[in-house]
Amino acid sequence: MIAIIDYSIGNLASVANMFKHLGVECEITSDFETIGRADKIVLPGNGAFDACMQGLRSSGLIPLLEERVLHEKIPLLGICVGAQMLGHSSAEGSEPGLGWIDMKIKRLPSLTYLRIPHMGWCEVKRSAPTHPLLQDLDDDARFYFVHSYYMEPASLQDVLLTANYGLNFAAAVCVKNMIGVQFHPEKSHRFGKQLLKQFSRGV
Amino acid sequence: MAIVRVIPCLLLRGRGLVKTRKFKDSVYLGDPVNAVHIFNEKEVDELILLDIDASREGREPDYEIVAEIAGECFMPIAYGGGIKTLDQVRKLIRCGVEKIVINSAATESTEVIRAAADLFGSQAVVGAIDVKKTLLYGYKAFAKSGTVEVKMKLEDHVGSLLTAGVGEIFINSIDRDGVMMGYDLQLIRHVANMVSVPVVACGGAGTVEHLKQAVEEGGATAVAAGSMFVFHGKLRGILINYPQDLRLER
Repeated sequence: MIAIIDYSIGNLASVANMFKHLGVECEITSDFETIGRADKIVLPGNGAFDACMQGLRSSGLIPLLEERVLHEKIPLLGICVGAQMLGHSSAEGSEPGLGWIDMKIKRLPSLTYLRIPHMGWCEVKRSAPTHPLLQDLDDDARFYFVHSYYMEPASLQDVLLTANYGLNFAAAVCVKNMIGVQFHPEKSHRFGKQLLKQFSRGV
Repeated sequence: MAIVRVIPCLLLRGRGLVKTRKFKDSVYLGDPVNAVHIFNEKEVDELILLDIDASREGREPDYEIVAEIAGECFMPIAYGGGIKTLDQVRKLIRCGVEKIVINSAATESTEVIRAAADLFGSQAVVGAIDVKKTLLYGYKAFAKSGTVEVKMKLEDHVGSLLTAGVGEIFINSIDRDGVMMGYDLQLIRHVANMVSVPVVACGGAGTVEHLKQAVEEGGATAVAAGSMFVFHGKLRGILINYPQDLRLER
């Protein structure tokens, strides 16, 4: 069972809908017992970085998530701000991140011909072609992005996918059992299905 | 370069989909969930769903139908119609929509935009403006499905939406609605020049060429259309469609 962490932020129904469509068991939950027995965890996130960190902190779930992800090493998928929260800090706010992945969150450059937020579909390039998460992904895969900030991992080796919007940025990062995707796989048609299916199979 | 979003704009009347012409003469199209299934198959970039009666009738969104439709969407969906309070926004986000569209409410107070943007982020809040070209006063905004003229100048109205925190502007021409003769490029350019957030053009698209014009000549970030994606041929036979392998860039 995949636990989709509910800390009162954003649209969780979409993620659950996609897993249901794939025939994967999942639960939207903030329950300690349910998260305690989950095989995998999805950490969503929408909106402002500080609001998400504050929401997650006040949910009281961080110690449990640390236990499950950092010590028991079950697979974690962070989505959008849920991925950004895995880093140390964000240019968007003053709250510290979880710091589980060595990365900083920076603001997309202001360029006259590109509007911010970056909102729309973008093709991705593979940086780690053999990673199991990308196994079934079509070569022309594109994903739906909504963001003004991007992940910058300290090590290029942690980058799974890159995309371009004024600059090349990490569209997906991976460190051990932790994956973070800047885009919304739950809203990215068959490409999102391919990726979430691989995550549910185990990565 | 960035890929331009091409967005079917669906109008909800009761529990059915309709399409209007100049905001009148609505024609019944069919069941919204069926339409979404087809749009899923066609892998459309995004959907906009607008309840065209809610604000005019002063009622709340129909959460049940929104949840039913959003639950079938494997693409992002925005919902508009009848939204006045943060509590309604919260319910809609829980129904599974990514964005909420505020039009009529913003002509009275932008408080709900501010509150929604604070809580869910500006990317989740679309400011929509329906515009008519008037002989004496140029472009004027209208609320409640084109029935109530907005006193504020269009430029000031756009400014107030931005200040309140919308992450996107949806600009719809009432004059071009359902006409399929092309967008009001002058209007789109006017608004696109005013703002730095994405601008979605709507009203008038009938061909792929029109979509391109909105981007290249109008400066739109994304393009929306109704008739083009639900009608086929001169007789306007009902056929849900979406140009395959269309790739617009800007």
